[in-house]
Amino acid sequence: MKNKTSFPPQEGETHPSRCPDNSAFEQQKLPAWKPHLTLATVLSTFFLTGAFCLSVGVCLILSANSVREIQIDYSEKCSDCSKLRENTSNWNKECHCFVNFTLKEDILGDVFMYYGLKNFYQNHRRYVVSRSDAQLLGRNVNIQKSSCAPFTTYQNGTPMAPCGAIANSMFNETARPPYWQKPVYLLDEEDEKNNGYVNDDFIIWMRVSAFATFRNLYRRVSRVRQFADGLPAGNYTFHISYNFPVSKFKGRKHVILSTVVWSGGSNPFLGIAYVVSGTVAALTGFVITAIHLKLRKKKTYFQKE
Amino acid sequence: MTVPREMPEKWPRVPEPGRAEEERRVRANAREYNEKFQYANNCIKTSKYNILTFLPVNLFEQFQEVANTYFLFLLILQLIPQISSLSWFTTIVPLVLVLTITAVKDATDDYFRHKSDNQVNNRQSQVLIGGVLRQEQWMNVRVGDIIKLENNQFVAADLLLLSSSEPHGLCYIETAELDGETNMKVRQAIPVTSELGDISKLALFDGEVICEPPNNKLDKFGGTLYWKDNKYPLSNQNMLLRGCVLRNTEWCFGLVVFAGPDTKLMQNSGRTKFKRTSIDRLMNTLVLWIFGFLVCMGVILAIGNAIWEHEVGVCFQIYLPWDEGVHSAFFSGFLSFWSYIIILNTVVPISLYVSVEVIRLGHSYFINWDKKMYCAKRRTPAEARTTTLNEELGQVEYIFSDKTGTLTQNIMVFSKCSVNGHSYGDMQDVLGHKVELGERPEPVDFSFNPLADPGFQFWDPSLLEAVKLGDPHVHEFFRLLSLCHTVMSEEKSEGELYYKAQSPDEGALVTAARNFGFVFRSRTPKTITVQELGQAITYQLLAILDFNNIRKRMSVIVRNPQGKIRLYCKGADTILLERLHPLNQDLTNITTDHLNEYAGEGLRTLVLAYKDLEECYYQEWAERLQRASGAPEAREDRLARLYDEVEHDMMLLGATAIEDKLQQGVPETIAILTLANIKIWVLTGDKQETAVNIGYSCKMLTDDMTEVFVVTGHTVLEVREELRKAREKMMDGSRSMGNGFSYQEKLSSSKLTSVLEAIAGEYALVINGHSLAHALEADMEVEFLETACACKAVICCRVTPLQKAQVVELVKKYKKAVTLAIGDGANDVSMIKTAHIGVGISGQEGIQAVLASDYSFSQFKFLQRLLLVHGRWSYLRMCKFLCYFFYKNFAFTMVHFWFGFFCGFSAQTVYDQYFITLYNIVYTSLPVLAMGVFDQDVPEQRSMEYPKLYEPGQLNLLFNKREFFICIAQGIYTSVLMFFIPYGVFADATRDDGAQLADYQSFAVTVATSLVIVVSVQIGLDTGFWTAINHFFIWGSLAAYFAILFTMHSDGLFQMFPNQFRFVGNAQNTLAQPTVWLTITLTTVVCIMPVVAFRFLKLDLKPELSDTVRYTQLVRKKQKTQHRCMRRVGRVGSHRSGYAFSHQEGFGELIMSGKNMRLSSLALSSFAPRPSTSWIETLRKKKGSEGSAASSPSAVPDKTLKDGQRAKWPGRCPQQPLRLLLCQYSPCRSKSPIPRECIMPEPPLGAR
Repeated sequence: MKNKTSFPPQEGETHPSRCPDNSAFEQQKLPAWKPHLTLATVLSTFFLTGAFCLSVGVCLILSANSVREIQIDYSEKCSDCSKLRENTSNWNKECHCFVNFTLKEDILGDVFMYYGLKNFYQNHRRYVVSRSDAQLLGRNVNIQKSSCAPFTTYQNGTPMAPCGAIANSMFNETARPPYWQKPVYLLDEEDEKNNGYVNDDFIIWMRVSAFATFRNLYRRVSRVRQFADGLPAGNYTFHISYNFPVSKFKGRKHVILSTVVWSGGSNPFLGIAYVVSGTVAALTGFVITAIHLKLRKKKTYFQKE
Repeated sequence: MTVPREMPEKWPRVPEPGRAEEERRVRANAREYNEKFQYANNCIKTSKYNILTFLPVNLFEQFQEVANTYFLFLLILQLIPQISSLSWFTTIVPLVLVLTITAVKDATDDYFRHKSDNQVNNRQSQVLIGGVLRQEQWMNVRVGDIIKLENNQFVAADLLLLSSSEPHGLCYIETAELDGETNMKVRQAIPVTSELGDISKLALFDGEVICEPPNNKLDKFGGTLYWKDNKYPLSNQNMLLRGCVLRNTEWCFGLVVFAGPDTKLMQNSGRTKFKRTSIDRLMNTLVLWIFGFLVCMGVILAIGNAIWEHEVGVCFQIYLPWDEGVHSAFFSGFLSFWSYIIILNTVVPISLYVSVEVIRLGHSYFINWDKKMYCAKRRTPAEARTTTLNEELGQVEYIFSDKTGTLTQNIMVFSKCSVNGHSYGDMQDVLGHKVELGERPEPVDFSFNPLADPGFQFWDPSLLEAVKLGDPHVHEFFRLLSLCHTVMSEEKSEGELYYKAQSPDEGALVTAARNFGFVFRSRTPKTITVQELGQAITYQLLAILDFNNIRKRMSVIVRNPQGKIRLYCKGADTILLERLHPLNQDLTNITTDHLNEYAGEGLRTLVLAYKDLEECYYQEWAERLQRASGAPEAREDRLARLYDEVEHDMMLLGATAIEDKLQQGVPETIAILTLANIKIWVLTGDKQETAVNIGYSCKMLTDDMTEVFVVTGHTVLEVREELRKAREKMMDGSRSMGNGFSYQEKLSSSKLTSVLEAIAGEYALVINGHSLAHALEADMEVEFLETACACKAVICCRVTPLQKAQVVELVKKYKKAVTLAIGDGANDVSMIKTAHIGVGISGQEGIQAVLASDYSFSQFKFLQRLLLVHGRWSYLRMCKFLCYFFYKNFAFTMVHFWFGFFCGFSAQTVYDQYFITLYNIVYTSLPVLAMGVFDQDVPEQRSMEYPKLYEPGQLNLLFNKREFFICIAQGIYTSVLMFFIPYGVFADATRDDGAQLADYQSFAVTVATSLVIVVSVQIGLDTGFWTAINHFFIWGSLAAYFAILFTMHSDGLFQMFPNQFRFVGNAQNTLAQPTVWLTITLTTVVCIMPVVAFRFLKLDLKPELSDTVRYTQLVRKKQKTQHRCMRRVGRVGSHRSGYAFSHQEGFGELIMSGKNMRLSSLALSSFAPRPSTSWIETLRKKKGSEGSAASSPSAVPDKTLKDGQRAKWPGRCPQQPLRLLLCQYSPCRSKSPIPRECIMPEPPLGAR
C-alpha cells in the first residue's frame, strides 16, 4: 500500500520475533511432582494413620481417666435464695446457702475449683459484642458510641465502667447482681494487683464461652498444710453467697473440683474419637485390600477400557 | 500488504431516528447537498468509553451483573446495626477487589479498541476535493466523495466505479474478504463514466445516484445514475464494496455511495453476541440453587431464632435485653434471617467469578505462548482473542470448517500427469523406485529454461527427459496446456513473465507447461504466442469453446504456423472419456487407471484430448457458429450444440493431476479429531466437485465408507425425497448388519430419529447450497439434521455465508452440543460468530474472520492442539477448580449453620471477622488458582495419542449437577466434623494449666486452623501436578495463615485498635495447647481419609481413561489409533470425477473480444502494432465481422458477467434448470459414491 507510513509499524517490526519464548513456564513444561494414589501409598497411609490414632486415643483415654473430678449442682439446693433474688427489690438482702459433699478418696495434685453455668448464652451475638475493649484498656471512650448498648450509662447519666452486657452479667456469687452496684475498683479489696479491670475473676468472665454450657476457673486449692498433696478424703461444705439467679432462664449452676493432666481436664471425647477413627482407618485399609484383591482377577478389563 | 484492523463486532447501527432510509440520493462532488441527508460517514467506532465516562459507565455496567449487585445489597444490609452480623469490611474488601480487577480489564480492552479504531479511521485515501486529489483519512471520507484507489489497495467504502486505468472501465477485484471466493472478479464502470479518466473531468462530474438504502446483500445493488438528463441503470456489476482489494488495475476512481457502518461489509457483520460457556450457564444455575439453599438456611435459622427468643431469650433479658425496636420474638427472627444471609453469603463467594476469569486468562496466555501453535512461516502465534471460552474448547462436538484457506492453502500444484499411458510425477530415487513419503529427493532442475518459474517444483525427472528426448505425445501434451486456457500473461521486462489466471488450477497447468519448455508468452484476441523449447511460435486462435458448469470442459481451436487446425480440449474425465475416438480404447483404460489413482490421492484431475479439424469442416462449422451466436433467441443452446458437435471423436493425450494443496497436517488433524468423537462438517462456497475432492484428500471421505449421499434437489419435494432415501439406506444398512432393530413398515419420524442414532456403517452426506436452502426450512430442518448427524462426514457446498450460520444455528438449536466454526474469510464471519467458539485462520490476507473470532492461529492443524491439549486441560482445570471452590466454601460457611443451634440462632459467627474477610481472598485463593491454571492430568503428547481422552468433556462428566452435589456433600460433611469435633472436645475441657479452654475465641481459632489445614490438604490431594508454584502457594498460604493469625492476635495491634482486634493473645495461648493440636489433627484425618478411600476405590474399580493412561503407557488402543490415523486409503475401482476447474464461464468471451487485454500485453504481441485509442474500435469491427461475439460491444461483457454473477451463488444454476431437473431423476446418479454429473444426450426442446 502506498500510504504505509501512516500505519503503525507492523508488529513484526517492533518485536523482532513474535515467536513465543521457549520457557518451561510458558510452554507448560515446568518440572512437577505428579503424585499418584497407588495401592501401596494408600494402604500405608491408612494403616499408619490407624496405628497413630489408636495409640494417641489410648494415651488420651488413660490420662483422662487419671483425672479426678467432682461436680455439684447447687441450683436446687439454693432454690430459696434463687427465689429471693428473682425479685429485684431484694437486691440488697444477703442470702447464703450451704452445699455439703463428701470426698471418698483423696484428690491428689493441684485441685482447681470451677463454677459451671448451664444454659447461659455467653455466645449470643449481641452478648459477645457488648463490650468495649478500649474502655477495658483504660482509654477514655465515648460509651454511647461503643457497642455496649444498652449497658452504657446508669440512670443518672454516669457511664458504666465496665460497660456492656458481658461485664454486667458477671458471675458474682460473692459480689452483687447486675448493674454493678459495687464499683469495679472494689472487686478485690485485699490484693491491689487483682483489682479493677485486671481482676482475675473479671478477666475470666470477660473471656466469653463458646457454648451455653461452660465452666470457668474460680479458685485453686492452695497446697498448704493438710492440703499439701491435694484434697484429702472427708466431708466438705461450700459456703455460697447467692447473688446470681439463673432459674428464670432455666439455667443451672455447678461447682466443680477437678485436677488436670497434660491433655487438660477430664474429657473422654477426644480419646474415644481417636480410638474410633483409628479403628475405622485400619478397617478401611483392610476393606480396600480386600476389594483390590478381589478385583485383581478381572484386571484385564483395566486395560480394555 | 496491510490488512484492515476494523472490528466488525458491535457496530453501532445507523441511528434511524424515527424513519428508515427508503432510498439514498448521492450527488457527486456535492458535500453540502449530501450533508442534508445525514448519512453515516466513514468513521467507525467500536470503543465504549472515554476517559471521563469510564468510571460511571463501567461501574454502571458492572453493577448490572447480578453478583455485584448482590454483594452491594449485602453491604447495605451490613450497615444496619440490628442486622449486621459482620463488619462492613468483610464484604467491601472483596467487592472493591473484584470491581477493580474487572475495571482494569475493561479499560485495557477498550484501549485496544480505541487503538484499532484509530488505525482504521486514520488510513489514508486519495479524495478528490475541489478539483485536486488530497490525502484524507478514511474517517473523513464522505458519501458523495470521489476517491482514487490504486492497485492492491483496500476499498475504503462502497463505491460506484466511475473509471479505471483499464480499457472500458474494467477493473479487477478480489472479494475474498467479502465472500471468501478467491478468484478474481471483474467490475466495469458504466460506459458514460468510464471516459472520466482524469481529475479535471471528474471534478466536473455531478451525477446523482439514487439507489437502495443500506442493506447486507453482497450480490445485489439496484440504483440509477442521473447525469446530464440521462438515466443509467446501475447494478452490482458497477460497485466496488468495502473490504475488496483492487488487483491488476493500476488505478480507478469511485464515487462513495455507502460509507462506514452503511457499507455492505459492515451491514453483513452482525452484532456479536456475548458468548457464554456451558460451564458459565451451569454455574449460574448452580449459583441460583445456592441462593435458594441460602434462603432456606436463613429461614430455618430465623425460625429457630424466633422460637429461641420466645422460649429462652425472653427470660434471659435481665442479662441481655433485646435490641431497641425489637419487641417480639417474631421480629427478632426476621432480623436474624437477614443477619444469617449476611454471614452465610460466603456459600456464593464473590471471588468465584473473578477467580474463574483469572484462570481463563491464564489459559488464554498459555494458548498465546504456545510455541507449538506458532507458525514460523507466517510469523503468527496463536491468539486467544477472548478469554472467556477456554474450557468450552474441551467440550466441542461439532466442527464447522470452511474449505478454502482453512483446509486448503488455495495453492494449486501440478503434481502428476499421465501422458500416453505413462504416469509421471511419483517421486523416484536414483534407481527409479517409488519413494514413499519421507526423505525427498532433489527437485527436477529446470535451469535449461530461462523462462522457467523458479517457484515451480517437480520431483520426477523422467518427464523432463521425455520432453528433451522429443517424445511427441509429451510435446503435444504441454502444447495443449500452453494453448488451451484463459490465462493472461504480463511481461514486465524481458523474460519476467507473470500469469494472471482466473483460477489457480489453470495457473498451475500453464506454469507447468512453461517450466517444461512450452512457455505461454502472450496473447491477443486472435493469437497465442508460445515459446516452444526456445522457439517462439504464434498460433492463430480461432475459437475458445468456453467452460461452463454443464460442459465441464473447455476447448480452443488454433491454427498452427503450418496452417493445420487443431482443437485442444481439457475437461472432466466423466465428460471427456465419452467423447473420445473409439481408437483410444486401450489408452483410455490405462489412463482411467491413472485417473483413479490420482483421484484416490485426492488430486484434481483433468483429461486432455485433441482433434484435428479439416479446413473445410472448420469453415463450415465456424459459419454455423457465427450464425448461432448472432441468433436472437436460444443462442446459448445453439452454441452448446455446436460445441458439442465439434468436441467429438477426440484423441486422448493424457491427464493432469493437480494437488489442491492442503494445509499442513490437515488429514492427520481430521483423523485425530474424528477419533476424539468430534464431527466435522465442511461448509464451503466452492463447487461440489472441488469440495468432495478435498473431502477425500483430507480423509473426511474415504472409499471405505458405505455410501456417500449427495443431495442436489432443487425443490422442497426433491430434497425431502433424497433425504428420506438416504435415511432408508442407512437403516437398511444397519438392519442388514443385524443390529436387531425391529423395522416396521411405517416409521414415524420420531422413531426414525432414534433408529438413526445407532446407524451401523459409515456414511457421508454432501449437500448443495440450493438444496440446503430447502433443507433449512422449518419443516425440514429436523429431518435434515438427523440425517446429517447420522453421517460421519457432512459437506455442504455452494453455501452462502448466511447459510453457514444457519447450519451452525441448527445444530446448536437441536443438538445441545458445543459447536466450533473455523474459517479464514469474511464469508465465514457469520458462522464464526454464531458458533459457540469461533476460530479464525490468521496470517492470511484477510482478517475479518480473525477479528470476529474467539481464537486465531495460522494453521488448521493447530486446531487439534487447541482442542485436545489446551481445551481439554482448560476444561479439566476449570472443573477441578469449581468442584474444589464450592467444596471449600461450603465447608467454611456451613459451620455457622451448625453453630446457630448452639448460640441461640443469634447469627454469631464461628470465626474471627478477619478470618472471614481473608479466607477467600488470601488463605485459600492462591493454591486453587494455581491448580486451576497449572494442573495437568496426563502429559500433552498423551492427549494427542489418545484422542478418546477428550470424551469426558463432550459428555460433561467432570463438572455437572451430580459432581456439584458430591462437592457440596463433601463440604457439608467437612463442616459437620469441623464443628462437632471441636465441640465435643471443648464442651467441658480445661487447659493443662487448669484454665477454661472452651472460650469463644479459642474455639474460633481451633476451627479456623483446622479448616485452613483441611482445605489445604484437600487441595494437595486435588492437585495432580505439583510445580514449584503450587508448592509455593500451598505452603505459602498455610504460612500466611499463621503469620496473619499471630499478627492479628498480637498485643501491638490490640493496643492500637482495641475494639477491632479483640482476639489479643489468643493464638499464642490456644495453639500452645496439645489438646487443640490433637483436635486439629483428628479433624483433618477424619475429613480427609474418606476422600482418599473413595478416590482410590474409584480409581481401582472404575478408572477413567486418563487414569489408565497415566498408569500404563502401552495400551492396545494406541496402536489402533495410530493405524487409523496414518493409514492411506486404498481405492479400489471407484470412479469419480475430480476435475479441476474452479473458475466460471465468461472469460473466453472476454479474451476473444480483447476487452480485458492490457495495453502492455498487446504492445508486446505481434498482432497489435501500437496501442491507440482506436484499436478497440478496429477490434470491434473485426469481431463483428467474424461474429464470434454479440453485436453490441457494451452489452457483451454485461451479459457474460451477469452469467458469471449468477454462477457464484447457489440456488441459481447458470443454465437451464430444466436440464438439471432431468438429471436429477436419471438413473446414473447413485452407483458410485459420488455420482457423475449427467449430461444431456439431446439438446433440449426448442433449441432448434
